[in-house]
Amino acid sequence: MSEYLVLLVSTALVNNVVLVRFLGLCPFMGVSKRVDSALGMGLATSFVIVLAAALSWILEHWLLAPLGLGYLRIMTFILVIAAVVQFTEAVLHKMAPNLYQMLGIYLPLIATNCSVLGLPLINMQEGHGFVTTLVYDFGSALGFTLAMVIFAGMRERLALAKVPDTFAGTPIAFVLASLMSLAFMGFSGLNFK
Amino acid sequence: MIAAIVSLTLLGAILGLALGVAARKFAVEGDPLIDEIEAMMPGSNCGQCGQAGCAGAARAIAEGTAPVTSCPPGGKGLAAALAAKLGVTLDLSTVVDEGPKLAQVSEEICIGCCRCLKVCPTDAIVGAAKQIHNVIREACTGCGNCVERCPTEAVAMRPVPVTLQHWVWPKPESTAAA
Repeated sequence: MSEYLVLLVSTALVNNVVLVRFLGLCPFMGVSKRVDSALGMGLATSFVIVLAAALSWILEHWLLAPLGLGYLRIMTFILVIAAVVQFTEAVLHKMAPNLYQMLGIYLPLIATNCSVLGLPLINMQEGHGFVTTLVYDFGSALGFTLAMVIFAGMRERLALAKVPDTFAGTPIAFVLASLMSLAFMGFSGLNFK
Repeated sequence: MIAAIVSLTLLGAILGLALGVAARKFAVEGDPLIDEIEAMMPGSNCGQCGQAGCAGAARAIAEGTAPVTSCPPGGKGLAAALAAKLGVTLDLSTVVDEGPKLAQVSEEICIGCCRCLKVCPTDAIVGAAKQIHNVIREACTGCGNCVERCPTEAVAMRPVPVTLQHWVWPKPESTAAA
């Protein structure tokens, strides 16, 4: 049990998918202007990440590996991810129309979010078991949501701050993201003994 | 090779089937009134009403947050039709309607800057850099976006010239005002 807890913390904080691995930067910069939409985006992406990772693991171990089709891995995963994103879109449209409106174009763009494809590939590379895969991806998704919400909160504050004209808008957001990334690098000193 | 083709085809078919079932199960019943109003709008998403496209305008009109007269390209005809549909009384004298107008490029002033092409929602303006532009009348919806964009005021909205193809017998004055 404790090893899963360690895995959760290490994926959410130490190896944060956005700020340390630099995957999935598109929604991180795109949907982080308001906290509530950032939280919605984080949760939708989390749902897709965990579901896609579980399906990818099953496909990899029950279909691709027995048939020796390892070279089709990326294509298969993309197929699965696209289907899961479509499914999420249908569910969100039904369950949370406001969130659906707010996320707009970024919702179908989850399909091209590289963290969603990257995490299953990392799982295969490191040879994780099924439960480990789930915990690993849940932790990463948690880290993604956390980074999104913190970043959106800071950008909301930043909207009120006096920023030099040259830096106003996206440039200062990039500076902010790099500083936040620097802060998250500090977690690599965590010791679990 | 065959295993790859068969397995991926099967996978695609299964996922497609699952998505189809999900689409049926999570279908969203939109307000039919909004759809009907949207079908009546010009559909060029020109944004002159201040809403996000014709779908947004249709929603606002159906909810009553926007007046039925808020669509400038639709003019008097659309306002009257919407008022009849929604059962609102409408004072048509407040609606400015100078008849249908289409964009026209003055060839002697156009400098071929290509700016008007980019703002046209229906791609009705043809032309290339440093070539004089022209408007395809069949495609122009008369939204007027290009007029604001033109740096030399070469684009203007002109009343549609009456040709044999679309001349109609004028209606009697009393019904035309209603």
